[in-house]
Amino acid sequence: MNAHAPLPSLQTGCDIRQERGQRAVFCGLTGIVWLHRKIQDAFFLVVGSRTCAHLIQSAAGVMIFAEPRFATAILDERDLAGLVDANEELDRVVRRLIERRPDIRLLFLVGSCPSEVIKLDLPRAAQRLSRSFHPDVRVLSYSGSGIETTFTQGEDACLAALVPEMPAAAAAAAPSLLVVGALADVVEDQFARIFADLGIADVAFLPARRAGDLPALGVGTRYLLAQPFLADTARVLETRGATRIAAPFPLGAEGTTAWLKAAAETFGVSAERFERVTAPGRARAAVALDLYRERLTGKRVFFFPDSQLELPLARFLSREMGAELIEVGTPYLHRQHHAPELALLRAGTRVVEGQNLDVQMDRCRAAKPDLTVCGLGLANPLEAEGLATKWSIELLFTPIQGYDQAGDLAELFARPLKRRARLEV
Amino acid sequence: MQLTLWTYEGPPHIGAMRIATAMKGLHYVLHAPQGDTYADLLFTMIERRDARPPVTYTTFQARDLGADTAAIFQDAVAQAYERFRPDAMIVGASCTAELIQDDPGGLARALDLPIPVIPLELPAYQKKENWGASETFYRLVRALAAGNATPRADRRPLCNVLGPTALGFRHRDDLAEITKILGALGIDVNVIAPLGATPADLGRLGAADFNVILYPEIARAAGLHLQKTFGQPMIETVPIGVQATIRFVEEVAAIAGVDPAPVLAGAPSRLPWYSRSVDSTYLTDKRVFIFGDATHALAAARVATTELGFKVVGLGTYTREFAREVRAEAALHGIEATITDDYLDVEAAIQAAQPELVLGTQMERHIAKRLGLPCAVISAPIHVQDFPARHSPQMGFEGANVLFDTWVHPLMMGLEEHLLGMFREDAEFHGAAAPSHLPRHGVEAPVAVEAAPVPASIDPILLTWATDAEKELKKIPFFVRGKARANTERFARERALPLITVETLYDAKAHFGR
Repeated sequence: MNAHAPLPSLQTGCDIRQERGQRAVFCGLTGIVWLHRKIQDAFFLVVGSRTCAHLIQSAAGVMIFAEPRFATAILDERDLAGLVDANEELDRVVRRLIERRPDIRLLFLVGSCPSEVIKLDLPRAAQRLSRSFHPDVRVLSYSGSGIETTFTQGEDACLAALVPEMPAAAAAAAPSLLVVGALADVVEDQFARIFADLGIADVAFLPARRAGDLPALGVGTRYLLAQPFLADTARVLETRGATRIAAPFPLGAEGTTAWLKAAAETFGVSAERFERVTAPGRARAAVALDLYRERLTGKRVFFFPDSQLELPLARFLSREMGAELIEVGTPYLHRQHHAPELALLRAGTRVVEGQNLDVQMDRCRAAKPDLTVCGLGLANPLEAEGLATKWSIELLFTPIQGYDQAGDLAELFARPLKRRARLEV
Repeated sequence: MQLTLWTYEGPPHIGAMRIATAMKGLHYVLHAPQGDTYADLLFTMIERRDARPPVTYTTFQARDLGADTAAIFQDAVAQAYERFRPDAMIVGASCTAELIQDDPGGLARALDLPIPVIPLELPAYQKKENWGASETFYRLVRALAAGNATPRADRRPLCNVLGPTALGFRHRDDLAEITKILGALGIDVNVIAPLGATPADLGRLGAADFNVILYPEIARAAGLHLQKTFGQPMIETVPIGVQATIRFVEEVAAIAGVDPAPVLAGAPSRLPWYSRSVDSTYLTDKRVFIFGDATHALAAARVATTELGFKVVGLGTYTREFAREVRAEAALHGIEATITDDYLDVEAAIQAAQPELVLGTQMERHIAKRLGLPCAVISAPIHVQDFPARHSPQMGFEGANVLFDTWVHPLMMGLEEHLLGMFREDAEFHGAAAPSHLPRHGVEAPVAVEAAPVPASIDPILLTWATDAEKELKKIPFFVRGKARANTERFARERALPLITVETLYDAKAHFGR
């Protein structure tokens, strides 16, 4: 179970291992917490157990009382014993929900471990309900269960469910750019402005802010992943004829430039224009990053697996901030999507896919890193052992992509180190 | 299926985790899918524990389903034993593992570990967190407690204190207060459990003369077992509030055969004097709505009525196991208890009761904030701010002091309330002005509070407010305005007066009193 198997198939300088065992990670249901804020007229109904409801309320914190657009249909023993028809029960719950929230245009039925294990057919239920609420509410389904998805993979499953809903682009349509992955509105707006300045006319984002605004999709679509955890979404986009633009992810100044450049080259933007348009952003990012470089240079960093953002974050910390990487854990490593990131990591960097928690904690303790990036279940225990930590969920909830967030991103890592230096008690 | 947005309790395995995390030398192996480890952060973040909970999860994934999961479970048990070397283990399944029907107890037994391994049956689709904690503690006590009573003649009285857990609302500080009282009475504590106890400590439970049950939701089942098995009587009076604490001291003293007088002498709590001082007169008949776990809700109802002089206008609990007791208490106040685990029901009950103060959980805090009502927290579920760094018990005489301060603090000071009434047309004190301690957006509150009462649809006669009467109503401070509106409309309806005038308003005021 603990064997470290090197992967000979991948041509990279990194030392990539796989590990299996106990994992301390979130399930994909957690993605609802940020997705429901992004798609403003969608509702997320988890079909699961009390545990699922408890998880979402723990993850959502205070947000749960600002009329959030998510809830759980809790299965009870009558559903499991077959005493009631689970499908009829689901229809009843959905009807009640839609009566109460007439503003909802898109409803996601979100599968969980219990609903997957008892094989409740949610895709079919979604079709049935979609027919009965047509045209007011569209009903889709995806799985956010822990047995199938880890944390951010919930967003992947959700977006993959949206792709079949995207209208077909006209066959003769000019190439369009689709940016895939939920970004904070402010970041999305910044990127939209840059693409416009570069002269790329037809740019759309997935997910759109409203359920009815899904962009068209066809053979002329070139898509650019803004997030590293979108394997399934990419796959279904390609079945609809879209083509991926390979790029590192837009974290840090270097990552953002490379990401924008990949799009610019695809759309034939001249090098001169690219330089002119990106120069102000690069200059601002350089100034912002200088503020934190001293605190992060030479610091030894250890990443526990969490979101699949670990590789691009590690690349940013090592190349732009001068940090040293001890181990980069990731819950899942999509070899193709991460190839541009792996190529930028120093040869020999240890990348671990999967997790065996106690063994990994032993390695972390032995290495005594200056900064450990980990989840909230591990952060305080490691702090109590004398290790400085950066809790990783914040990296999902904070705008970190693009030039104007590069400084904020560096600050997120510098802050715990600054705090440790500051406190005298 | 039940449509749920917020849940007052987690699933039962969270209750088992609260017991395991409270204890030392005990390890819990939980058969659960990847993702269920989210529960760790309740302990490391909300309670700010400095170590991981002693829980190993199997974290199986879809590819493991089939024959593999049983092997994964056995590996996890074996590895957890090797790594942590616990004195005892509990094993069980979370909601998903319950469905795949591996048998944690049987699988663990087959490993034949040299320590007690106690299987837990926690039906996740029927029961909840507190039941899970109670059942786990009971199973542990049943498996481990042995009878080794020592003769009473040449030693001081000896008791066990049962109930405090991890993630318990003020359990840490309640325990400090209660052990202080027991010490002052000359009673020795044999075992405190589950908080801080080892499996070996549970083995010594039988040596005590009696048991103190601090939290019935968690420890009553174990206490009953000890009573039956070792003949240990149990004290079930929950010492929250001055009178309950006095009763608790007297009962403990009687059972232990010691004199309670020294502990009760002097003025052990400041609450009685604070409550009698004239500054508190304005608290008389303040309308209070109470909701929480049964133990804290019942205690709060008694303290609110007889020790602070409030009027209880709503009482409820999400603990169905103690619904009967809460209904009986509510009847004493002439109201019907709200027994529900749906926070929307609670919100509706609060709106209908028109309270001036809400005592509840984290959820009631949010509801009160939305309605612009003062609120204090008296029960779990709670957020991180209710695991304070300072000493803040609910129990004992110091606990009563804490209750007084905590409950009075969110209310407007008497003087402020008076000024609001007297100078209500002034810029600072006009009707829509929120009390100074409430956040700015509190000015929206009157709308929410006023909108609440009597929906028009159930109104038999159509009531109209005359313009000047409506204006006059606005002069009434916002926190009683909703009640004034409801009373006036009720008055008008009973007398079949379709138009409400200023006279109607004041006639109703005279009729109902404040």
